[in-house]
Amino acid sequence: MTERALAGIKVLEFGNLVSAPYCAKLIADLGAEVIKIEEPGHGDDARRRGPFPANEPHQEKSGLFLYLNTNKFGITLDPFSPEGKIIFEKLVKDADVLIEDRSPGEMEKMGLGYDDLKKLNPGLIMASITPFGQTGAYRNYKAYQLNIAHLSGQGYLLPIPTFDLDRPPVKAGCHSSDYDPGLVSVVAIMAALYWKGASGQGQFIDLSKQEALISMQRIESVTYANSGESMTRQGPQHSRMPGGIMPCKNGHVVVVTPEEHQWQALMTLIGNPKWSQGDMCKDQQARSENADELTELIIEWMIDHTKEEIFEKGQALSCPIAPVNSAEDIVNSKQMEARNFFVEMEHSEAGRIKKFPASPYRFSKTPWRLDRPAPLLGEHNKDIYCGRLGYTEDDLTRLEQDGAI
Amino acid sequence: MSKQAEKMKNGPLQGLRITEFTSAWAGPYATCLLGFLGAEVIKVESKKRIDHSRFIAFTTGKSFSTPDESSVFNNLNLNKQSVTLNLTKPKAVEIAKRLATVSDIVVENMRPGVVPRLGLGYEVLKEIKPDLIYLSSSACGQTGPWREYVGYAPTFAAMAGLPFITGYDDWPPSNFMGSIDLRSATTAAFAILTALLYRQKTGEGQYIDLSSQESIAVLTGEVFLDYVMNNKVRTRQGNRHEFMAPHNCYKCKGENNWISIAVATDQEWQALTQVMEKPELVEDARFSDGQNRWNNQDELDSIINEWTEKHDYYEIMEKLQKVGVAAGPSLSGEGLFKDKHLKQREVFMTVDHPVIGKDWIITPPWKLSATPASIPRHAPILGEHNETIFKGLLGMSQEEINQLSEEEVIF
Repeated sequence: MTERALAGIKVLEFGNLVSAPYCAKLIADLGAEVIKIEEPGHGDDARRRGPFPANEPHQEKSGLFLYLNTNKFGITLDPFSPEGKIIFEKLVKDADVLIEDRSPGEMEKMGLGYDDLKKLNPGLIMASITPFGQTGAYRNYKAYQLNIAHLSGQGYLLPIPTFDLDRPPVKAGCHSSDYDPGLVSVVAIMAALYWKGASGQGQFIDLSKQEALISMQRIESVTYANSGESMTRQGPQHSRMPGGIMPCKNGHVVVVTPEEHQWQALMTLIGNPKWSQGDMCKDQQARSENADELTELIIEWMIDHTKEEIFEKGQALSCPIAPVNSAEDIVNSKQMEARNFFVEMEHSEAGRIKKFPASPYRFSKTPWRLDRPAPLLGEHNKDIYCGRLGYTEDDLTRLEQDGAI
Repeated sequence: MSKQAEKMKNGPLQGLRITEFTSAWAGPYATCLLGFLGAEVIKVESKKRIDHSRFIAFTTGKSFSTPDESSVFNNLNLNKQSVTLNLTKPKAVEIAKRLATVSDIVVENMRPGVVPRLGLGYEVLKEIKPDLIYLSSSACGQTGPWREYVGYAPTFAAMAGLPFITGYDDWPPSNFMGSIDLRSATTAAFAILTALLYRQKTGEGQYIDLSSQESIAVLTGEVFLDYVMNNKVRTRQGNRHEFMAPHNCYKCKGENNWISIAVATDQEWQALTQVMEKPELVEDARFSDGQNRWNNQDELDSIINEWTEKHDYYEIMEKLQKVGVAAGPSLSGEGLFKDKHLKQREVFMTVDHPVIGKDWIITPPWKLSATPASIPRHAPILGEHNETIFKGLLGMSQEEINQLSEEEVIF
């Protein structure tokens, strides 16, 4: 067995859907012990989101839930019930990190705010992930992923390019705008853990999903402040480059050529047509001025070639060109295969999933590893409540009847 | 010590030092994040090989003729120190090794294979600094048939699958720009912190190979699983949701103004119709429950549009939020800058830059109560810290520095 980077770190996750669970998954996948708390009888809402095998909804078979909750232990608990609160406090006493995503004020109201919990565990790191953060005018506003994607400025600039400004701006595909806040949050949690290792001190971390998405667009977000000009989803209006997303024989490709030799490589790829020797192409300035027309001319060549062929031949010339891949292309790609990006996962209800996405980093000493699939609802109740907290099986039955677990 | 420097000393990563050999966005922003958290970052550049983001940014379309006037570079390299070393010279490589020896972390994002050829690969540096944490960031990773393929944000986003599922089905896939690099960078910062925690416990360093392509692919895990489980290839859905409706952006008063509205429950639907002053919609069979609303969302969208067009987006937001309906504008750069909530949260701030002057930047995205992240200084002028670092940290004499500058080693 290889070493686990985060072995010994104890995390409590009281999260739902994507952001907080993804944040906790990142830590669990690298070896921390993560106990996920779900609502008794109901569980995480992700259990009711697709994809499901054969499109048949089943609370233990959601691809979204299975992906976001690998390597975690799962218990059911209602911390807002009287007995549940006592159990929650016992779990907090033993935790390094609590990740939660309830609305601002909700934990405080139940006597489970940071000020209450730090009395039980002064070294606790509590990370609260909410749509707008704990302070400010919108703190109590409701927002789903769609709203946050647009309120952060991310949606306003998609899709690029836009052919009709009267068509609405869009959010990024699927749940990615809800994964992003989980990723941004985990950086602060890890830094706080490092500080705790150095000083013993815990702290509270206020995380806003809106700000997490803005941080991913820190350049686009300040263009107005610095130049008086807002970017649009028509793409940059100055210094435009021919290329971008272009159709080809069996889909689309994308090319960017910020450097002269890259443009030359692109021209070599498409056989140095006559127009490439002309005035329209003579320098970056001229190409920028004729960007639309040149793109059309490049497409004339692309449309007769497949994305695979364009990619391999273009890259052999050091031209920054790539296929616009679908999930199918990626699952079957030889690069992903060579890097073992997909691993096999066996789950007691969902069965064997042959290609399950792993991680984007290869640690030389402490690799990513799938130790256990996502937990069944309440799978580890007995292990945690009886094995760890000393409740008897009779207690469990009683707590279940009371709705605490 | 200045007040600003004093503040930075309070970050959770205080006392850690990073040496970076990075350019563009993905590498520099990874260390910039760690710098916000209090780590000291030394950026190794050279007049021979200047970080091109000092000159151009294809995301914004801006370009510059000198290396110290780019707001983009400033925003991605805050707090750092810059030294210039011409790594084509063996003497410069020796100095770079000395920097690695006094660092906790090294980060590079050159094309795979380049850094080992320069003599600054992990295998070499771990001999002189065994507990070093070393991260290489590249488009597709250090291994596999595509390892040496060149890429920028738009290409590795496309390879990772996000463009294919973003936009409208009857339009081409959406391009993605620099924000993709920043996702890769945030992932790199997390990986480095993981290795730091392991080192804190065991004293051991290690090497991390980060693939930007994979760092984007993992943000859509369920999309791959739909293909693996059901052979289903997901495509572009605009703003649509798997079961919520209405779930879209609607046109508002003014130019290119939009509001996003998302409705999950019957209760939210009824509240929306009240605010629209169209209570008859509740009785309308086409919209009687979630399934019907979803099935008839085209008609639903036009009805909502007729209403939103006549109103200001903030007015709609306030009215709908008051009754518990999730609504918020699609904000432009101007919209973000003028938004009252973001002002209260201090999301925008200025730094004084010696060439640019007052430059607006985005503050760190986390609020830590005990050890706040901070931005005490602007991005460095090219070579600004040659003296501080070479004299102060490596103990060189002024004479030595002059000599090495003349030889174009410090250059």
